[in-house]
Amino acid sequence: MNEQLTHMTGQVTAGKMTRREFMGKAAALGVSAAVASSMFANAARAAGPKKGGDLKFGLQGGESTNSLDPATYASSVPFMNGKQFGDTLVEVAPDGSIEPRLAESVEGSADAKVWTFKLRQGVEFHNGKTMTSEDVLKTMERHSNEDSKSGALGIMKGIESMKADGDNFQVTLTDPNADLPYLMADYHLIIQPDGGMDNPGAGIGTGPFKLEVDEPGVRHLFSKFENHWSDYGNFDSVEVIVINDATARTAALQSGQVHAINRVEPKIAELLSRAPNLTVHSTAGRGHYVFIMHADTAPYDNNDLRMALKYAINREELVDKILRGYGSVGNDMPINAAYPLFDETIPQREFSLEKAAEHYKASGHDGSPIILRTSDVAFPGAVDAAALFQQSAAQAGIPLEIKREPGDGYWSEVWNVQPFCASYWGGRPVQDQMYTTAYLSTADWNDTRFKVQAFDDLLFAARAELDPAKRKEIYSQMGMMVRDTGGLICPMFNDFIEGVSNQLDGWETDPTQEMMNGQISRKMWFV
Amino acid sequence: MHPIIKLVSQRIALGLLLLFGASALIFGLTEALPGDAAQAVLGQAATPESLANLREEMGLDRPALTRYVEWLGGILQGDLGTSLTNKLDIAESVGKRLGNTLFLAFWAALISVPLAILLGLLAVRYRNRWPDKLISAVTLTTISIPEFLIGYVLVYFIAVKLGWFSPLAMINDSMSIWQKLSAIALPVIVLTMVVLAHMMRMTRAAILNVMQSAYIETAELKGLNNFKIIYRHAFPNAIAPIVNVVMLNLAYLVVGVVVVEVVFVYPGMGQYLVDHVTKRDVPVVLACGVIFAAIYIGLNMVADIVAILANPRLRHPK
Repeated sequence: MNEQLTHMTGQVTAGKMTRREFMGKAAALGVSAAVASSMFANAARAAGPKKGGDLKFGLQGGESTNSLDPATYASSVPFMNGKQFGDTLVEVAPDGSIEPRLAESVEGSADAKVWTFKLRQGVEFHNGKTMTSEDVLKTMERHSNEDSKSGALGIMKGIESMKADGDNFQVTLTDPNADLPYLMADYHLIIQPDGGMDNPGAGIGTGPFKLEVDEPGVRHLFSKFENHWSDYGNFDSVEVIVINDATARTAALQSGQVHAINRVEPKIAELLSRAPNLTVHSTAGRGHYVFIMHADTAPYDNNDLRMALKYAINREELVDKILRGYGSVGNDMPINAAYPLFDETIPQREFSLEKAAEHYKASGHDGSPIILRTSDVAFPGAVDAAALFQQSAAQAGIPLEIKREPGDGYWSEVWNVQPFCASYWGGRPVQDQMYTTAYLSTADWNDTRFKVQAFDDLLFAARAELDPAKRKEIYSQMGMMVRDTGGLICPMFNDFIEGVSNQLDGWETDPTQEMMNGQISRKMWFV
Repeated sequence: MHPIIKLVSQRIALGLLLLFGASALIFGLTEALPGDAAQAVLGQAATPESLANLREEMGLDRPALTRYVEWLGGILQGDLGTSLTNKLDIAESVGKRLGNTLFLAFWAALISVPLAILLGLLAVRYRNRWPDKLISAVTLTTISIPEFLIGYVLVYFIAVKLGWFSPLAMINDSMSIWQKLSAIALPVIVLTMVVLAHMMRMTRAAILNVMQSAYIETAELKGLNNFKIIYRHAFPNAIAPIVNVVMLNLAYLVVGVVVVEVVFVYPGMGQYLVDHVTKRDVPVVLACGVIFAAIYIGLNMVADIVAILANPRLRHPK
């Protein structure tokens, strides 16, 4: 690099030269636009986060029916809103560890039954009140008491008692759970003044941005909260714009109306990434697309039949055609390498027509058609995926019949009701939570009716085990049980595909949830 | 009583009865859909316990008839109630959305109605010559292409490639009228293209029909020029069918533009209604349904009354 360029990058790092000036001068020196652009980006990154600017998101997953009450969050836009105005006690860091937020530190007792969160002092709510341990206690009570209708109710079940004690908030569990801090990082558990008991949908929290405009299904505008406790949040304002139509979303990003969009369709991701002013990020997450059988209902109560169907699905083809390569093959267990304590040595299930035919014969199935229910809402491409499954199964002599269900009412009438259907799972931060949510005998959402006492025992043993090596071994055994005896056919794990404007810098790969686990507005900045 | 006033009051009474019928029908049909608001809100995250809690909070554990009668009692006092799903005041949120929908419909109508009638008159003036054929060909083409496709094509070329207008037609209170007009430019163009042909063809057909009359021949014979004949003698006599079709299209601009709203991310009534039907939010669906029905009935009533006023024989019945 010649002297002049070195000088120029120095100017950029010092914040004395704009992108336009830099690109112009670099071009005069005969540097190509692509090289100059990446040099500018490097120099600007070296300068560290810059403050200011109005960030705009264009997101799929918002409806006019959305509320700001964290207990009701079930789609992308409310999730994102919560990340702007609210904080949880702790957050899952991009590397899968626990990062302190409103709690400064977390300590578990030796038996992992009593957990103490030491709360940060002097944290201010947007209404001017100072956060106390009472607020924390009330919040957790609202999500777990008898009247609760919270989306977090399921994960709050193992709690025996909670108490607020000066600067501390203490949770006592009925059974040990080494992963409790991860449960407290759930995005529903935003600390609200008085626990949100009086006005849950007020949108008042401790987050870096405070609510200005709330128009459900249209947009949500937040402005910088000056008295926020952390250094997070570089923008003057954040606007979450609901754009449910995929084409409109990409057009908005391309024309610079928004700076980041979620759910880029796999079939256009490649094309979109060629646009000069944006980057398409593909993040391997924990979410997966599944076909689920009720293991207690005929004919799926026969493990040979279940195995036949597992062998009869062509995983590579599905990843290729449904995800267009933006994902990875599944292994009939809900866990992949994105989880902590994952055992890499578990063998991958391969597509095998011989084994499928062999198991199908052993099952003694009478040859009547096996009905697979699917719908557009089960996961993107679920109808096509079912058709591909039908074709490969037919080659093994297994008659699959596809029944297409209306999207409206799919989650109440088909999923978790009908014995064989397409569905998806969003993934959880840790293995324990995933298994507790859907594979424990007593779980409400045990959508494969996987009821195995030995499995439950292992799950509880893993919770009480504080030695990571031993836990990893237990989780490995549990994974194998689901893989070889469960009702789950998991052909693929989907990536989060997101488009981000090149005006933004500071992207981190975060497998926890989409849009960098909702942390874009906290961690990124305008170059 | 003057026969016109009598007619109008009869129509209004009938309209109210129709509205009542429509609300009962909408309520019945939304109830008949599988699932309820509690299930729709919790979705995949529902547990039996949280379902029961939410149902109780929403009042869904009470019989359907009780809920309908309560709703009816509320609306008679001008109270639309609150949304089941997000607890917001329905009158306030519907008011905002309705305002947006009417704003878009107003500007689309302001451009498309005069344009359609003018094009219709031109087509008659140059009947069977190239201007007539060109007008018909272009307007029939635009009505035949699905509106979302026209929308996407305009977004791609005008918004993304040329950057003249925003692809998002989002408007809000903090925008000036010029910013709002710039934001809705693309949807207005699309809607104009969609409704133009219907009104243009009807204008053309109605006037051509009148042009066969003897008095037109008289006008020609006394030496009036072609265009004057059309707007002085033919147009007033053709107004009834034209108003009818104009009102139908105005009603469409208000109640039928959900696809255009989705493509341009416009915060109107259509998307709002669809969201609430999906979530089985019955009070909101009822409110929207009744408003749509009222607009439809109202516009048709206006069309009838104009048709009567325009016709001396109906205006002064023997």
